[in-house]
Formats: sequence, structure tokens, C-alpha cells
Amino acid sequence: MRPLSTMTPGERAVVARIDIPPEQRGRLMEMGLLPGTPVELVRFAPLGDPVEIKLRNYHLSLRKLEAEKIFVR
Amino acid sequence: MKTFTVVLTGNPNCGKTTLFNALTGLRARVGNYAGVTVERKEGALTGADALHPVTILDLPGTYSLSPQSPDEQIARDILFQRVADVPAPDLVVIVADASNLQRNLYFATQVIELGHPTLLVLNMIDVARDQGHEIDTEALSKALGVPVIPMVASEGEGLDVLRQTLRGQAKTPGTRHVIPREFNELPEGFGREAQAIETALEGHFPHRSRLAAAEALLLLSDERALSPDGGTGGPRYPETLIQQVQSARQRLEAAGVDWRSAAIEARYARLFAIEQHVTRETAPPGELLSDRIDRVVTHRVWGLLVFVAVMALMFQSIFWLAKYPMDGIEAAVDALAQWVGSSMPPGDLNDLITRGAIAGVGSVVIFLPQICLLFLFIGLLEDTGYMSRAAFLMDRLMSRVGLHGKSFIPMLSSFACAIPGIMATRTIETRQDRLATILVAPLMSCSARLPVYTVLIAACIPQRNGWPGLTLLMMYLLGIAGALGMAWIFKKTLLRGEPPMLILELPPYKRPMLGAVLRQMWDRSKLFLRRAGTVILGINILLWFLATYPRSSEVEEQFSQRRAQWKQSVSNPPTPAETETGLQLDHEEAGEKLRQSFAGRLGRAIEPTLKPLGFDWKIGIGIVTSFAAREVFVSTLSVVYNVGGDGENTASLAEVMKSERRADGRAMYTPLTGITLMVFYVFAMQCVSTVAVVRRETNSWKWPIFQTVYMTSLAWILAFLTYQIGTRLGF
Repeated sequence: MRPLSTMTPGERAVVARIDIPPEQRGRLMEMGLLPGTPVELVRFAPLGDPVEIKLRNYHLSLRKLEAEKIFVR
Repeated sequence: MKTFTVVLTGNPNCGKTTLFNALTGLRARVGNYAGVTVERKEGALTGADALHPVTILDLPGTYSLSPQSPDEQIARDILFQRVADVPAPDLVVIVADASNLQRNLYFATQVIELGHPTLLVLNMIDVARDQGHEIDTEALSKALGVPVIPMVASEGEGLDVLRQTLRGQAKTPGTRHVIPREFNELPEGFGREAQAIETALEGHFPHRSRLAAAEALLLLSDERALSPDGGTGGPRYPETLIQQVQSARQRLEAAGVDWRSAAIEARYARLFAIEQHVTRETAPPGELLSDRIDRVVTHRVWGLLVFVAVMALMFQSIFWLAKYPMDGIEAAVDALAQWVGSSMPPGDLNDLITRGAIAGVGSVVIFLPQICLLFLFIGLLEDTGYMSRAAFLMDRLMSRVGLHGKSFIPMLSSFACAIPGIMATRTIETRQDRLATILVAPLMSCSARLPVYTVLIAACIPQRNGWPGLTLLMMYLLGIAGALGMAWIFKKTLLRGEPPMLILELPPYKRPMLGAVLRQMWDRSKLFLRRAGTVILGINILLWFLATYPRSSEVEEQFSQRRAQWKQSVSNPPTPAETETGLQLDHEEAGEKLRQSFAGRLGRAIEPTLKPLGFDWKIGIGIVTSFAAREVFVSTLSVVYNVGGDGENTASLAEVMKSERRADGRAMYTPLTGITLMVFYVFAMQCVSTVAVVRRETNSWKWPIFQTVYMTSLAWILAFLTYQIGTRLGF
């Protein structure tokens, strides 16, 4: 298990755990990012942050700060 | 005759607005919901039966019924029938993007559970098909329990079916489908608790019992659902119910159930199964055009180049394209004022109408071309999908000062004019971030400062070695630094909050719908004109009054004597030199009158506060009158220095300013005075239109007043430091 932020562009994995505090991660989960969801890391933004991922057939962008707390398998 | 109300709802970027425009034929009414700055769009269904009119209300794009922004809150409250001036929907039409089925159905099934008569429009089936997903709409309809209409709204495909359905429903409204269908397989304990709360809700609010199941689910799983929400009249839940929900949450927590995520996970599990059941994969998905574009547009090098090019193009066009209509408007306003002035008997009323009302309205209308163009570009950027890429690219920079990528465009827009910039902050979800952006946006040097900078640079800065251009650049950079610095300070102090989490969808690119973009541009501009215009008109009349009264009969007598002398001595026809003297007399009279007026006295009264900045009372008059709009400073100085009031002959004004002396004989407008004055104008609010718009956007006087005070104080302090340090250094 490792943070989503360590994935390389094009790599796929499955979300295992989300360590963002429960009261903050609601919207993220409502967007479909849940334990068990397959994700693909698409790219990092030109300035290194944020990161773009693909899940459930759409593209979503998150900051590295959050991506470091999302663990994938 | 009762109007049949259709509510259109769905995720952002699902093609809802395109569908709305197709149904209402671009004749929608756009306004705001009472008490909040959320755009309210409604229109009549074109081609509806005259006896059975259909009104369509387009709700803001929403990801879920647990709102994160004012937009989403309004959408939820309307669906829950909590908004007083919006009738209960007779039919809810959910628009879902077929190529992004699971996430779109997350919201769709939440809405279906509310039990309104509901219809699902499955939009963009062409995109889904291109990606190799064939969706069986009948099977989907069976799974969801509501009719499903496949559609390609951008091509008009499926529109007729929807139209006919709406017309049919309006004639014979279907019976409410009260199937309490739920798209969850909730963990047992959770389901039981939800059931108990549902029963309690039915007891407390019998008239809304239909919504009770859905409401119970939200109450149990959405942290913020219990607090009465600001402004929109959400229900105040009885204390016993709040207690009940809280103890239910505690019991669940003790049993190891995460009450925040249980319902979300259960719903997505169901949706995954539904998608598997209704979708047939026809081809392995290849790389989409949108992904190929993104490989360039968000590329490490090309992406930034494209971004800079887009922004440069946008600003160049705003400055250059707007110049022509602006000149035209200026000429038209002048001509109108002249015509009215000459066709009315001279006197105070004449003066009030021409110089107060017409010039006042003119000072607002003059910015309309820039505002329209900016809204046009913003509309195009939003409609194509580039806007979210811009936020993606710039987020890193903005996060340094505690802001969001989404704050970038509003701040950039403020270079043209802070008003559209402030209006563009509506896309920012978090209140603190939005307020911080609004508070600092006017520090970006807007186009109204340009005439002020121009005349001061011409009068004070050596016209060689590129000093003028460099000075101008420095002022722009100073504004940027000020805005970023203040944003950082506000986010650290006044508007401290959770560091905003960025959850930004990057939707596929699409071709913009030009008609709709133009229409939206015009609607937003009109909103600005109507609301800001009235306040500005009032302030301008007030300033006119200050600059005109009290009249001094002494001055009038003195000048009528001098004019009589001039008339006697003048030859027939007058020589050019004599005409010049006559004009000079007019200018001197205007100047003398201004100096005697309230504004003139105010200028003198504030002189002590301006002395430490190296300004005299004449500049004071300029600062007082330009409170309404910065560029008025130039025309006021023209009057003060007897150059003539049209403000167009910057060159002659600058010449006069250069020869202006202080009491001790030193030049008044040294480079140091010029820079100090420019620094003052970089930071001072000096714009009533902005104050009016901030008042409207924040819905209180508190923020615009705070903003004016902090900006003016900052302007004074920095001008003070500039002048004092400059003087010590011997400039």
C-alpha cells in the first residue's frame, strides 16, 4: 500500500484507504473516490501540483496534500 | 390557469444549460434568488400549448444533495421545496451525462428518491458510444423506475421526444409516483436508524412526509444538514430530533459504522451494479480527442505557453477591441450632454442633468464594452472546458497565498475592471476564499487607473530612457504584489479556515455554443448595468452637488465683469488670440467655482491629512471627486488648473502641471510626488461601482465598508512611506 501521490503518469491502481479526516472527505467520496475504486494517475500539473486522476470514466484533479493521504494498492 | 413547473437539474458539465437553451429558445429570464447571489434562470417552453404553459427552471449544476456551495444549496432547497418563492416542481427533469454514468447517477438517484414526478434525460449518448459504451435505456428506465429519454442535446437529437413528453405532462399531469424507491443497500444498523428518523420527521413535518425518507438519510449522513442554513429558509429542526440524530450517530459509531460514508458507499455499490447491467461494451476505449488536446494544453512546457498565449490574447483584445466602442460611447455621451444642454434653458437643472446625470451614467456605460468582452471570454473559456484547466495550471501559484486555482481568473479579470472580476468569483465554493478574492481583486490595476497613471507619468516622470513604460509596469506589479500579499494576510487572519481542498473536475473539451455564450454575456452585463448603475447615478448626483454648491455671488459677479470687459475689447470677428483669452476666462471661472464649492472646501479640509504625503489641497479636490471613479481625477485636475474640463488634452494638462509650484517655489509635480500619488491610486478604493458590486455580491454593507477602509488606509500608509522615505533619500 502506498500513497496515490507516488504513482507515475499512466499507472493504474485501486484505492485502499483514505486517511483524510472523515469530516473533510465527504465530497471526495461523493465524487466516487471510495475504497475499492480503480484509479489511473493521468498527470501532474506543470508546476508539480495538483495531480490529475481518472476514475469512473472521468477526470478529477486533487492537490498532492490530499493525494498523499489516499492510499492505493 | 396554472403554469406547469419543470425543474431541470443535474451535475455540472452534463449539458443541462444546452438543453435548457434548446427548450426555451434563449428567451430565458435571468436574475438572482432572493437574498443570495445565485443565478436564477427560468424560461417558457417554446411551442407549448397556449392553454397549458410550461415554465422551466434551470437549477445550478450540483454534484450531490449535501451542498458545498451556495449554488448547490439553492438546488437542494428547491428540490426539498424550502424556497419560498419557487413553487413545488410538477416535474423534475434530471440530466445525466451518459459517458460519466456512475457519478451522474449518484445525484440522479438521490433526486429520484425525493419522490417528485421525475424523468431522466440521458445526454451525450454519442460521446458514450464513441467511447464504446452502448447503454440500454429501457433497462436503465426499469432499474431507476423513471422514464429515460436518450439525447444528444448539442445536436438536437431526442429533443422532440422530450418536448412532447413535457407538453403531454402539462396537459394531463401524471399521478405522483410515490414509489419510495431507494438505491442503497444500507448496512443493517444504519437502515434501522434512518427508518426511525424518517418516522420522527413524518411526525414533525406531516406536509412534507413524501420527502421524509430522503431527508432522514441526509440528516443522518451529512454533518451540516442539521444546522439551519443561512438565508434560504431551511427548516429549523426541533431540538428533540437533533438529539435523536446525534444519538443515532453515536450508536452507529460505537457499532463501527461510519455514518458519513455508509450511504455513499452503499449507493455507489448499487450504481456499479446498475451500470454493469445496462451497459454493453462495444469497443475498447481508444484515446479520446479531449485527452489528446490535454496532452498539449496541460503539458509541462506547451501547457504554460498556451496558457500565457490565451491570457495575452484575452487582454490584448479587451484593451484594443474595447477601445473603439468606448470612444464611440464617450462621443455619444458628450453629444447627448451637449444636445440636452443646449436645448434646455441654462441653469442648475441643466447642469444637474448634463454634468450630474448624463455624465454619471456615461461613466458607467463607458466600461460596458470591456465588461462585455471579458464576460464573452470567460463564457468561452467556461463553455469549452478550458477554465478548469486554467485553474489546474494556476492552482500551485495561488495556493502559495492560501487561495484556490479558481481565484486566478477573477483576479486576472480585474486588470480590465474589478466589477466583472468580482462577479466571476461566484464559481469559488468556499466562502472564505471567495471573500478573500473579492477583497483583493480591486488592487489589481484596472483600466480606469490607466488615465491617472498616464497623466501623472507625463507630468512627473522624465520622458527618456524608457522611464515612462518602466514606471507603468512597476505600478501594475505593485498592484499584483499588494493583492497577493493582502490575500495571504486575510487568509491568515480574518478569513482563516480549513485550507481549501481542491476537488476539480476536468470535463472533456467541447465546441462552445456561441449563441448561448453571447446571451449569457449580455445577461450578466445587463445585471451589472441595472444594479450598479442606479447606485452610481445617485453618487454622481451627490458629487455634482458637492462640486457645484455653494455658489458664490462674488465670484459670479467678478467673472461677469471680466467677461463684459473682454466683450468690449474684442474685435469682430475675434482673433484667435482673443478667442483663446475668452476660453481661458471660462476655465478660470470653472476653476474658481470648484475651489469655492463643498468639494473644494473638502479638499482644503483634508489637506492636513494629505500634507505628509506631499499633496496639496488641489490634489485633495481630485481625490475627493474621484471617489466615485478614479479617472475623474484627471478631469477634476483639468478644472482645478483651469485647463478645461474634458480631460482629453492630457498633454496640455501635463504641461500646466509641470509649471505648478509649491509655496516655497519648488516644483509641485516632481517624480516623487508623481510616484507617491500613483502608489496612492494603486491601493485606494476610489470606485463606487466596485463598492456597489461588492455590496450586492456579499449581500451586506459590512464587507464593502471594510474593504474601502482597509484599501484607503493601506493607500495612505504606503503613500506616506513612499514620500517620507523618498524625501529622506533626497528625491
